[in-house]
Amino acid sequence: MRRFWQVTSAVAWRSIHKVATTPALLLPSVVFPMFFFVAFAGGLSNVANVPGFDFPSGYTAFQFVFVLLQAASFGGVFTGFGIAADFENGFARRLLLAAPNRYGIIAGYAIAAAARTTFVGVLLFGVALLTGMQVGGNGVDLFGLVVLAYLTSFAATLFSAGVAMRLRTLQAGPLMQMPVFLVLFLAPVYVPLKLLSGWVHAVATVNPVTPLIETGRDFISGSPGNAGTAYGIVLTLLLLFAWWAVRGLKAAEAAGG
Amino acid sequence: MRTQVYEIARRAIVQTIRQPALVIPPVIFPLIMMAINTGGLNAATNLPGFPADTYLDFAIAVPFLQGSLFACINAGASMARDVETGFLQRLAMTPMQRAALLIGQLGGVMVVALMSALIYIAVGFAAGMDFEAGLLGIPALLALAMLVALAFAALGAFVGLRSGSGETVQGFFPLFFVLLFLSSMSLPRPLIEQDWFRFIATYNPVSYLIEGIRSFIITGWDAEALALGFGVAIVIAAAAIAAASSALRTRLVRT
Repeated sequence: MRRFWQVTSAVAWRSIHKVATTPALLLPSVVFPMFFFVAFAGGLSNVANVPGFDFPSGYTAFQFVFVLLQAASFGGVFTGFGIAADFENGFARRLLLAAPNRYGIIAGYAIAAAARTTFVGVLLFGVALLTGMQVGGNGVDLFGLVVLAYLTSFAATLFSAGVAMRLRTLQAGPLMQMPVFLVLFLAPVYVPLKLLSGWVHAVATVNPVTPLIETGRDFISGSPGNAGTAYGIVLTLLLLFAWWAVRGLKAAEAAGG
Repeated sequence: MRTQVYEIARRAIVQTIRQPALVIPPVIFPLIMMAINTGGLNAATNLPGFPADTYLDFAIAVPFLQGSLFACINAGASMARDVETGFLQRLAMTPMQRAALLIGQLGGVMVVALMSALIYIAVGFAAGMDFEAGLLGIPALLALAMLVALAFAALGAFVGLRSGSGETVQGFFPLFFVLLFLSSMSLPRPLIEQDWFRFIATYNPVSYLIEGIRSFIITGWDAEALALGFGVAIVIAAAAIAAASSALRTRLVRT
């Protein structure tokens, strides 16, 4: 176990240091969520006046939760890009040779993604409060939202790590990005589920991300109703993608990094 | 001159068509986003004063702009690649005219833009779009869409020639993307509730390009919207072509 933590902390520290000291890596993960938040919460706020839109904390809070979970997911995807880059430049090969416990590599990248989520999440929360977001939930509700964001980040990281370790090239970027992008946008992004129409409503109804977003919104408005379902889904995804990432690691080992 | 344009354009078109990554995303991605937004924001048509019966009619203009953004990036990346690989350096030793090179290079991107625009229109009709401008409106819409694509492609070419780096061109994509999102893309300007957002959307030229294209679909022949749409597109295209031409002159002197 000690070896696991040694590898985990070394990989996490390196990834965090690399992102923190390279603006080209840090900026997209900061700028894009801010931009989406501004564009959605600012440009679409009138959508809250649509008949049937009954979210109590207002449109800014409604969009904040989506953008927070999106930022958490994309923190994981961007970390997947970093893993692919490490394979391309040969660092991952040396890492696989040197690491006494290779599962620590995955855990290290996941912690780095969580650090990225923390940074972006704090900035986003600050901007949201400055722009007048109403928070109806108490401290426990907000803690529930934060935990949900971290679990989402871990799930996205493990998914992206699995792809990156199998394909070991940055050209796999769209294969990490597009599924996450689509699954997020095929959820109730702009209006509650009941106001969606057509095929998007049908897809959003069975989309596993929908309960996560809805529960996040319940947390921020202070009425967490169905949190168990959301946590159950995200933990299932976590287990599934952990298996996917470990199999990816095995594939990378078999290919010699 | 004509032969030079033809040869460069043929090379650009073949180069573009041979790379699915340059052809598929400009067509598919905007349509996916439109399909998602149409289902997601159809409820917005219930807002008092919303100008269309369905969100599809309102949103179908957006893929034309998104396609133009891809044209911008593809043109810029193509120019940057020619700088990076030394193709321009070799051309500098031939009697090739600058204008021919620029027109020819943009030709490949414009072919993809035209193809994309035709697909957007076909998908719109297949999905039940009401087209208020009638049959004559289709070529007029295509003309505006091509003008917009030319404006953005020339901007991309300018960035590609100026920087000589494909990475820098890619880095400009978010900037253009921001311009698109901070416009009247999702709601008509009078229905944007936040004053600061409406202010930005009003001064953002992209709003007028979208509204020009949108006017063919939801209002028919709207003189003001069309004058603004064509006017803004012509001004951007002229300025971008002049800037790209100047960058090309500098680049050829440097080589």
